Amino acid sequence: MPDQTLSVSRSTRLSTVAMGVLLVIIVVMALAPWWAGRADLRLFGEIFLYLALASLWNLLAGYAGLVSVGQQAYVGLGGYVFFALTLLAGLHPLLAIALAPLIGALIAAPVATLIFRLRGAYFAIGTWVVAEVFRLTAAQVSALGGGSGISLPVSVVTTLASGRFLREALAYWLALGVAVVVIGAVFLFLRSRRGIALMAIRDNELAARSLGIDIWKTKFVVYLVTAGLTTLVGALIFLQKLRISPDAAFSPNDWTAFVIFIVVIGGIGTIEGSIIGTLIFFALRETLADLGTVYLIAMGLAAILIMLKAPSGLWGLVRGRRGLELFPISRRVRGLG
Amino acid sequence: MTEALLDIQRLDAFYGDFQALYGVGMQVNRGDVIAVIGANGAGKTTLMRAVTGFLRARPDAVCWKGRPIGGMRVDQIAALGIALVPEGRLLFASLSVEENLMIGGQLKRKGPWSLKRIYDLFPVLEERRNAPATSLSGGQQQMVAIGRALMSNPELIMMDEISLGLAPVIIRSIYEALPGIIGEGLTAIVVEQDIAKALSVSSRVYCLQEGRVSLTGPSGKVSHDEISRAYFGI
Amino acid sequence: MEFWLEPIIQGILLGGLYALFAAGLSLIFGVMRLVNIAHGDLIVLSSYVALTTSVMLGLHPLAAALIVVPVMALAGYGLQRLLLNRTMGNDILPPLLVTFGLSVIIQNALLTFYSADPQKLKAGAIETASLGIGPVSVGVLPLIVFMTAVLVIGLLQWMFYHTALGRAFRATSDRQDIVQLMGINRAHIFALAMALALAVTALAGVFLGIRTSFDPAAGGSRLIFGFEAVIIGGLGNIWGTLAGGVILGVAQTLGAKIDPGFQVQAGHLVFLIILAVRPRGLFPRID
Repeated sequence: MPDQTLSVSRSTRLSTVAMGVLLVIIVVMALAPWWAGRADLRLFGEIFLYLALASLWNLLAGYAGLVSVGQQAYVGLGGYVFFALTLLAGLHPLLAIALAPLIGALIAAPVATLIFRLRGAYFAIGTWVVAEVFRLTAAQVSALGGGSGISLPVSVVTTLASGRFLREALAYWLALGVAVVVIGAVFLFLRSRRGIALMAIRDNELAARSLGIDIWKTKFVVYLVTAGLTTLVGALIFLQKLRISPDAAFSPNDWTAFVIFIVVIGGIGTIEGSIIGTLIFFALRETLADLGTVYLIAMGLAAILIMLKAPSGLWGLVRGRRGLELFPISRRVRGLG
Repeated sequence: MTEALLDIQRLDAFYGDFQALYGVGMQVNRGDVIAVIGANGAGKTTLMRAVTGFLRARPDAVCWKGRPIGGMRVDQIAALGIALVPEGRLLFASLSVEENLMIGGQLKRKGPWSLKRIYDLFPVLEERRNAPATSLSGGQQQMVAIGRALMSNPELIMMDEISLGLAPVIIRSIYEALPGIIGEGLTAIVVEQDIAKALSVSSRVYCLQEGRVSLTGPSGKVSHDEISRAYFGI
Repeated sequence: MEFWLEPIIQGILLGGLYALFAAGLSLIFGVMRLVNIAHGDLIVLSSYVALTTSVMLGLHPLAAALIVVPVMALAGYGLQRLLLNRTMGNDILPPLLVTFGLSVIIQNALLTFYSADPQKLKAGAIETASLGIGPVSVGVLPLIVFMTAVLVIGLLQWMFYHTALGRAFRATSDRQDIVQLMGINRAHIFALAMALALAVTALAGVFLGIRTSFDPAAGGSRLIFGFEAVIIGGLGNIWGTLAGGVILGVAQTLGAKIDPGFQVQAGHLVFLIILAVRPRGLFPRID
């Protein structure tokens, strides 16, 4: 053997440092109820929920090639499941939240078998039809306020925790927790065999098929996991809002348009992109939201420009050709040259 | 010295980061029949794709009647009078035989070729004129592909592997039609795996090997040994 | 019997409008495999352009269509050449996300200029005129819309199969690369297809604005109705699109007869059922 040794590893010095920094950030953010004001805490919670939604949409569209414009179906479903289980079935809110992802995945299974018959862009519109069906169905449930919606009664709210501080802290921790769980799950999934298969499919469907990868099944699993976790996020969103209506729960703007902007601007197909996109989205929203429609027009223009000029988004520009990764997914060969 | 009809000089071509042609040169004069031979992957089809504009080329790497045409759009290059019979025929499946021929004539360049002339050359096509083009046999489809290229009344016709996948008897009948085509003062580049066939129809031969011209000479004068060396690089 | 006959006839006529929503979508998908998420917003944009031209020039909305149709066709040509052609390729993400961004831009631009208040095109007596055919009375306007849809689809079909442009559209649909060897500029063909699609869309927008009130957010459901008509009818079949529109229209009016809140849902359910039992639609192109 020559004195040169080759080894394959995933982590780089950069990614190791990044993981350390991330851990510190998570700990600091977990302590936020003690150092942040009420309004800030709400904002942080919202940021984490959007981060989770963006990461999930990115997994679906950026990795699995399943471009959905109807993920509001599962956000709204999560909200309604949470309200139904607590309000109608009388379950403890935490139990309702724990059940939400299972119910979401259960409902997503027949939905997937149906809309997977639509190819590519038609699949996208198919997901929107499903969201509309969910919305119209929710509007028919008079026990949950029908078309005008309903608020969570104080009696249910207080079962979560007695004091306001603890209640708000709990809602916040759940949001932080779901963001960490979702990003962690996406990260681990992409490092798994199935995740590698997914990236192979994205890069070349024909080649992946010839390698014996069951494309339908792989995409089906991703759709179910994404739907389940999106339902969980939806439950947490309406735990924060404490009020639900079909239009708010199944809003294509709030739960899909913004999420797509986040992922496209940050960089589709990377975990880092969703994080950067979420931060930029909230930075812009907090400073420019007063502009209303002009702000949304600017978002639309930005998304178009990025798609045309820098399709890998802002993280793609930072990452450059050297393939920087904060989340070590790719394997690298060391010792060459 | 007369100006070449098609003058290829130091042509490089790339698929992404992969370089497929290295400094290829070729002179085609009016009335020439050029054979391009070479093993699979030698760059023959790449050369066709670069001349027709599917692959980006340096402007002066491809000159047409002295004018640089490298980097022009495919349809602009076609409008100059350069036609390609692509490898694998690639007919339009939702068009009938006659529509395939007519769309070939969409450019409306003046010249001897018309639907009637194509049907005289390949009578079987007239019988099947209203059939979907891809419902024909392989040999008949090849006739449609050649007819489609001729319908534009090109000055240069390039034929990429027209005998690929066809029965020998069909290949013979297509090659028998070739003199009738080229006799019209047409210039042709014939890409062919079958070396004997290529040499028999051409006046000059170019052999490609790994993206470079490994041999060129008058078709009648290159020896068997020279060709096998140029072909396989042994 | 008559109780059901009336909504069925209304549904058939409503299907004409849906077929007009669908025809543009079907055309651009057929020629260039592009699905335009902003399609519904372009329909609504056409309604607003018709509103402005008819108010400013004092024209009847149907006369305004003579201006709206060429304006939208021109806009379609420009949109394709300047923007959408840059997104065409093997990856479906860029066209999808760019038209999605376009949808958001159009909606919010309409909100800025016209506010969220519902608007309507005022067409006068024709809006309420009706014909008695046997036991049922049929609105003149829905009848005009339906006849126009049949005419438009007939013309599109003729154009596709009997003109040089139609031949170029079909050839481009078959082989986007090889068609260029015929001296055909693909970018121009794509733009012509989009121009034609938006001309039909403009017509749909004018009729939509006369039949019902519209607001900047109305585009989404128009896209969905058009899309459902395309899939029910079968991809690549222009007459199938009309059939799809009619089936969707009848499903909706019958649904509304059962319960007014069930109109749209009934259409969605019929779409999902057809997707489940006939995933290629009722009348797919045979090839």
